[in-house]
Amino acid sequence: MLNYLINRLFIAVLVTITVSIIAFSLLRLSGDLAAELAGDDATEEEIAQVAKAYGLDRPLYIQYGSWAAGALTGDLGQSIFSNEPVFGILKGAVPTTAKLAVLALALGIIIAVPLGIIAAVYQNTAADRASLVLAVFGQAIPNFWLGLMLILVFGVALRWLPISGQDTLLHFVMPTVTIALSTLPQIMRLTRTGMIEVLQSDYIRAAYAKGLPARMVILKHALRNAILPVVSITMVTFGFLLGGTVVVETIFALNGLGFEAFQAIIRQDFPVLQSVVLFISVIYIGLTLLSDLINAQLDPRIRLS
Amino acid sequence: MTPSEQASATIGSSEAANAEAEDIFEVYSPTPYELMKRRARSHPGFLIGTAVVLAVFFVAVFAPLIAPFDPFDQDISRRLINPVWGIDSSWLNALGTDAFGRDYLSRVIHGARVSMIVGIVAPMIAAVIGSLIGMIGGYYGGRVDAVVMYLINSKLALPGLVVALSLVAVFGGEVFVLVLVLAFLFWDRYAIVLRTVTQQIRAQDFVTAAEAVGCSVPRIILTEILPNVMNQIIVILTLEMAIAILIEATLSFLGLGIQPPTPTWGNLIAEGRNFMFFKPYLVTIPGICLFFLAIAINMMGDGIRDITAPEGRN
Repeated sequence: MLNYLINRLFIAVLVTITVSIIAFSLLRLSGDLAAELAGDDATEEEIAQVAKAYGLDRPLYIQYGSWAAGALTGDLGQSIFSNEPVFGILKGAVPTTAKLAVLALALGIIIAVPLGIIAAVYQNTAADRASLVLAVFGQAIPNFWLGLMLILVFGVALRWLPISGQDTLLHFVMPTVTIALSTLPQIMRLTRTGMIEVLQSDYIRAAYAKGLPARMVILKHALRNAILPVVSITMVTFGFLLGGTVVVETIFALNGLGFEAFQAIIRQDFPVLQSVVLFISVIYIGLTLLSDLINAQLDPRIRLS
Repeated sequence: MTPSEQASATIGSSEAANAEAEDIFEVYSPTPYELMKRRARSHPGFLIGTAVVLAVFFVAVFAPLIAPFDPFDQDISRRLINPVWGIDSSWLNALGTDAFGRDYLSRVIHGARVSMIVGIVAPMIAAVIGSLIGMIGGYYGGRVDAVVMYLINSKLALPGLVVALSLVAVFGGEVFVLVLVLAFLFWDRYAIVLRTVTQQIRAQDFVTAAEAVGCSVPRIILTEILPNVMNQIIVILTLEMAIAILIEATLSFLGLGIQPPTPTWGNLIAEGRNFMFFKPYLVTIPGICLFFLAIAINMMGDGIRDITAPEGRN
């Protein structure tokens, strides 16, 4: 286990460094960031001034080094748009996105896991096919369009729900449903596949043979084993959602991480963008590491291979 | 006739009889290709999905011939006309007009072009990159594989949509930029799947035989392994096609993809958004197009998986 842990940690650190370099280069790929920031009709002098003000005149590796060193101590620099510390912007945005991601995942699991179980137990029946149709719907529906349609129906026509802002839990209903529908197919398919596999195994037959009721066999014996991959995919999906809610946050005017990232891209606010990307990646790396370790702890075959 | 001739004649005729009997009792065994064709014909999802995808493809290719109007022609006196099912409408603009008086049907038809180009080319480039990376990692194992795993992990850790948005913002919303950015976004799934499959194939006898004969590694990968993983590549390709089309629309919708006035389904939704409260068709129509195309592609992809590997249906 220790070897496995060290190996995993080493990879995680390496990936973090790589990702931080990519995050750092994203807006700098245009060649001359200072010229872009100064605007189209800026003189050479003005560009030089901008470069000096934001430290863009220093060699790239020094710029990267000072940002990375700052990031390790929690100092991520300042937004060039609002002059606010980036750390404060992150601190303001994370709760919104985290709330959205948790709500959406919870809703996705509440619907997808029972559906996956039903689809597996009644394999190749109408119930199975209906749940697969729902999965295809979730995969195919454009996220941003679903959001707009919900606004049209529940916000404008029926006037049941507020269409923008984040003051109350009601504001989160439509964004949550929009994202939940897109996370649902994967969780459902995984539950279904896992359950089908487990239900064919010998110990399930044994459980039936000793006369246990079907409900107990399915929910207690089978689900417990089939749910493992679902747990790890859920953790990874949470990490993915931190960066994957850009569109929904823009449509429903939620001030989360995705919205901040989008704003930063439009304003070329490189200190904000590079830190948001790094933050999302680090959380993702941490969650995958954690889910790997949990899996290795639960399944010795993984850590010994 | 000598006795010996007689004997041979008898033998000959009995041979003929035997052959005839074999003809009668021979079991007709269809080739794998024929079996696949049969499964395809009896798979309604695959047939419907493929038909819709092909239809959209032809609409995209022949858009200038099919569209009743030029999608850029503005007519301010005829702006925001309802589609035929609405009030004050006419068959002249079957799907109505937009805020600049442009024929909406023509814009929707032309919008299929960008979706098709991006949906076909980006996953293909991604397939080449990802498959090569995956096969190399799976074939060599050891340190090479460790590097491949490191590349995959780094790619997965990055927030894809945010990275794509910033790349498109920096390099501009041209079609070829979008195609390359999306290809960069999508290579990892090919790499992950092909790495595992190649590991399994690598251990089989025909690969060992090719190694023993002295085939070079590129040759083994291209002529021994690639034909055996083609199914997987095609299945991923179709699923990624749907995702690529949806992401392109998302980028356009956010204003960072193909720039207006070029009609793309994402642009149409973004432009219609300002009017959607009293002219909802501007948003619903292109959205439904996207939705049905993505469903059709998914049905086609699921169909291809069932047809090529019926045992792996679950």
